[in-house]
Amino acid sequence: MDGGEIRMTNLLSHNAQWVLLSMLILGMAAGIMGCFAYWKRQSLMSDALSHAALPGVVIGFAILGVKNLPVMIAGAAASALLGALLIQWIRSSSRVKEDAAMGIVLSVFFGLGIMLLTFVGRMAGASQSGLDSFIFGQAASMVRKDVFTMTGLALLVLFVAIIAFKEWKLFLFDPHFAKGLGLSSRWMNSVYLAILVLVIVIGIQAVGVILMAALLIIPAVSARYWTNSFKWMVVLSALFGGGAGMAGTLISTFGKGWPTGPFIVIAASSLFMVSLAFGLRKGLLLMFLQQRAQKKQLGQQLSNQSVLERG
Amino acid sequence: MLPALSVNGLSASYQKNKVLDDVNFDVNPGTLTSIVGPNGAGKSTLLKVMLDLHPKLSGSVSYFDSTYYKVKSRVGYVPQRGSVDWDFPTNALDVVMMGLYGQIGWLRWPKRIHREKAMNALDKMGMADYAGRQISQLSGGQQQRVFLARALVQDADLYFLDEPLAGVDAATERAIMDTLKTLKSNGRTVMVVHHDLQTVEDYFDHVLLLNRTVVANGSTNEIFTKENIFRTYGGSLRWMGEKSG
Repeated sequence: MDGGEIRMTNLLSHNAQWVLLSMLILGMAAGIMGCFAYWKRQSLMSDALSHAALPGVVIGFAILGVKNLPVMIAGAAASALLGALLIQWIRSSSRVKEDAAMGIVLSVFFGLGIMLLTFVGRMAGASQSGLDSFIFGQAASMVRKDVFTMTGLALLVLFVAIIAFKEWKLFLFDPHFAKGLGLSSRWMNSVYLAILVLVIVIGIQAVGVILMAALLIIPAVSARYWTNSFKWMVVLSALFGGGAGMAGTLISTFGKGWPTGPFIVIAASSLFMVSLAFGLRKGLLLMFLQQRAQKKQLGQQLSNQSVLERG
Repeated sequence: MLPALSVNGLSASYQKNKVLDDVNFDVNPGTLTSIVGPNGAGKSTLLKVMLDLHPKLSGSVSYFDSTYYKVKSRVGYVPQRGSVDWDFPTNALDVVMMGLYGQIGWLRWPKRIHREKAMNALDKMGMADYAGRQISQLSGGQQQRVFLARALVQDADLYFLDEPLAGVDAATERAIMDTLKTLKSNGRTVMVVHHDLQTVEDYFDHVLLLNRTVVANGSTNEIFTKENIFRTYGGSLRWMGEKSG
């Protein structure tokens, strides 16, 4: 018993404990923003944005020549926002629909990012180390300063989401009515996009550009299976996101060089499978039981009827 | 009398199609007006442009001799039922509370008095028993009543309703019309996009006949004539035969 505990603390260095805590907070912020994106019908948008962040990360690195998280986050944010603008521009100025526009931006930006990564790798040689982690995520590669930056920004997102909770609900349910009450759609849209991009860019070092969207999408859809209240959906989604972020990170620290993103996705998907099967709202098991009960009832009614008709 | 609403030379388009062309009309306070016209006449667009939800090409709209943004809190809007996702996880009381968000104040939490006000409005619409019901589990008529209750708590002086009677049951239609008539007798001004020509005379004291531009506007007795209706609908009106027969 004691031995196990000692091994556990050895395994989790002081740094790793900080990383775990920051992943909990990041996961919670992502879970909440995922709920907002879900009801804005923009789950896929978050995927496009996270892929679009890669060129910015690499350019941020290339300019400084060293890994500096704030600069790379700024680069990622600029590049993701550019992606968002492009999607909007393609949609409004051509016949291309939004899903196709997202597909275009997602793949072009990601391809560009990988291309830049190849060049930078050749130029800077060994100092490129750590840049790869932005693709699949490497939470363990974060130093203390990175952890603080990420945690601080994730807390900011949590704050903005919670302080204006009532406004978010109104904006997501009925933006036209919200505008009539004086809640500017343009303003809310801008804040929404800003904090969505913020969550994505602070998460990509730990989770990776490819899988970051999973941390936004999966907790929200899982939470939908448990509740009929928007407030509880957001709370549950935050817990699922935080839990998946922590669990995935913990597992990835067991092996040297294991990427974090895939384990987070597996952890989140496990939560989703449980929700899908056992969820209290439209979970598969519940639906099955309800259907069976209904059939039974209907069968009984029918047999009663036939008895009556015969009688 | 100072008009509650005054629209001058209003034009608007969707993509390249002009849906509203030089719309002019005044609405007096304390009136119950129906906006009537064929499909594609720009009825909903007119509401949206007046509420600045859709851009206008030209013209102006004044409310109580002022601009929309100055008197916003005096203007209530009931959008078409299909304009929101009723799958959104919330209950009837919560939706009605949204009408109070302006009064509650931004970034503040609702208090007990707000909950009571919302409950009261639901009760007026005969929906008190459904306060805690998921909105996805309400019938179309009940959803429309919730929307109307949400508008009632706003306590506005001028209301716009976009097809509130579309696809609702008879009881809801009665409940909504009773409410609108009460609003009118309290001196409020109500404008309703309406599609059922048979009930215009019974329900509304004023009518605005619209087909991209105003065909006629005034009291129902004077304006709602076969001639004007025919001018509004052109050849696409089959209803006339039934009524005269």
